[in-house]
Amino acid sequence: MMTNRKGICMEVIKDLPEVFDTFAEQRRNSFLTVKEYKEKGIPIVGSYCSYFPKEIAMAAGAAPVSLCSTSGETIPEAEKDLPRNLCPLIKSSYGFAKTQKCPYFYFSDLVVGETTCDGKKKMYELMSGFKDVHIMRLPDKQDEEALDAWEKEILKLKDVIEEKFGTNITDEKVREAVSVNNQANLALEALCTVMRHDPCPITGHDLFRVLNGSQFKFDRKKLPEEIDTLRVKIESDYAGGRMIDRRPRILITGCPMGGATEKVIDAVEDNGGIVVGFENCSGEKNFGIQVDETADDIYRAIARRYLDIGCSVMSPNPNRLKTLGRMIDDYHADGVLEMDLQTCLTYEVESAKIRSFVTGEKGIPYLQVETDYSQSDIGQLNTRIAAFIEMI
Amino acid sequence: MDYIGIDIGSTSAKTVVMDHEANIIHSFIVPTGWSSFDAEKRIEEELRGRIGKSGQFHCVSTGYGRNAVSWADRRVTEITCHAKGASFLFGGGSINVIDIGGQDTKVISVSSGKVIEFFMNEKCAAGTGKFLEVLSGRLNISPEELDHLAERHTEDLSISSMCTVFAESEVVSLAGKGESKENLAFGVLRSVAEKVAALYGRLSDPGTSRIVLTGGLCRHVFFHKILSDTLMQQVTSCPSALYAGAIGAALLCRDFNTISQH
Repeated sequence: MMTNRKGICMEVIKDLPEVFDTFAEQRRNSFLTVKEYKEKGIPIVGSYCSYFPKEIAMAAGAAPVSLCSTSGETIPEAEKDLPRNLCPLIKSSYGFAKTQKCPYFYFSDLVVGETTCDGKKKMYELMSGFKDVHIMRLPDKQDEEALDAWEKEILKLKDVIEEKFGTNITDEKVREAVSVNNQANLALEALCTVMRHDPCPITGHDLFRVLNGSQFKFDRKKLPEEIDTLRVKIESDYAGGRMIDRRPRILITGCPMGGATEKVIDAVEDNGGIVVGFENCSGEKNFGIQVDETADDIYRAIARRYLDIGCSVMSPNPNRLKTLGRMIDDYHADGVLEMDLQTCLTYEVESAKIRSFVTGEKGIPYLQVETDYSQSDIGQLNTRIAAFIEMI
Repeated sequence: MDYIGIDIGSTSAKTVVMDHEANIIHSFIVPTGWSSFDAEKRIEEELRGRIGKSGQFHCVSTGYGRNAVSWADRRVTEITCHAKGASFLFGGGSINVIDIGGQDTKVISVSSGKVIEFFMNEKCAAGTGKFLEVLSGRLNISPEELDHLAERHTEDLSISSMCTVFAESEVVSLAGKGESKENLAFGVLRSVAEKVAALYGRLSDPGTSRIVLTGGLCRHVFFHKILSDTLMQQVTSCPSALYAGAIGAALLCRDFNTISQH
């Protein structure tokens, strides 16, 4: 411990690799935290998706947590109930839940799911057989009518949470939660901007480890300070000459990433490229949009923020193109790599549109790869992705 | 200075040695066998006999076994190498390359030797050399004989199963009904052509460029006709296109080393 200028004790700023490792281990390290929360009587609300409005759970004094869904470990167990040719994320989520191998699921008092894709929707039905699951009806379009419906769903979630935990969620508490969550999101967004540098200061995988690990920091209030410190450290190291040599700059888009599918990030960075950003639920989709804190109707503002997510379940889905286009420019991307999970229909169908947008309008190469949670396709992924990088 | 391109595929390993003027001075094939490292040893031995110990050389390796060539200056994917090699063999303008390999089939849109776009088969043997190997094995003939037999077919037989294992049982059952070997051979080759055509159709510009075939089926002249008929466009190939990957690797090797010398 050391003392800073204000005389407050603070932890010595660690070296970057160590910070990245700490974040990477956050998921495991928080196993104990979740237990402590539980013992203190803090309710836990589990979720799987970026559409979950965390603010409502936070306003009730509950801790929102992301549930395990990124490892193939529990898929064989899931396949006893679910079809084999189903999205690995859905199978993994269900498998972790069923086998109680996910401590976050185990400690969750309530799980909130959304009717995003058909596979998830029906899986949540099965999950309700052994867990208290509340399913929010997500519209598949983004007009005013859809916004009305989604706002009602958010109000319904408020009622469910109030009843479940015997609390009263006031507007004031909601506004406070909105502010806390916005700050956390803005810090993460600002962190991502370090990758605008050319050459990049850190690898895309290190950035990913921080973004992913930050989901398991339950105290959202503390997150901005920690992330800002890291960003300042990266920037000052960069100014001091610490950087990655210049490489083809790849922007990743598509399905949620993490755990088993980090093989795709490795395939880029082991073959001479660098990942400069994530237009997916590990990145922009998760924290790139903020709730309007000044809105008169805070629930409508929350509804708007979440409905605006450019997920392929929306039809049409103009926001994904908007975000993707902006990110290609901001991060000076040389190519776009789309990672789709096997049998993810909405992303796979939408990829035709993404391809023509990226190669036509933006004029840079595009590659789509389909993968699952096994490691058997690493050779094929490496060949495809290496060839893609050689094109640039 | 010699420039060596080594393309270790899943079935065969191709080696090309080029001089400074891009003349091919040696080319040879060894079967890959069970291990690409084992194949690499045999290639090294053969090279030692051909260019001697004292010769100066650079090397680029490619193909799925590219990492087995530990002494290569660089490793480049077969997609980039086939594009480069095909442009060398068939002319440098816009071409669409179809490479049917032992375990991967690729379609590559190429302009002046550079890859513009490419697609590969998914995790499945349909439309690859492996499919032909298994099915010709079932017919008790070599993959080469398949081409000659198919030429004498009397009916345009179709094999509907895409899956190699199911296609095998379909062939067994058709043979059991007395279907001729010639017709079955035709059906097997057409199945590959159809799968390749589906992959080819994914290219943004399948229509205007010349189509060239590289890889293991370059010497299957009748297959070229089947593929041309399926694509409704002329497919060009030549026997040395079997070496397209290794030629591309040797050319890239020459490029890398002449550029770095300046």
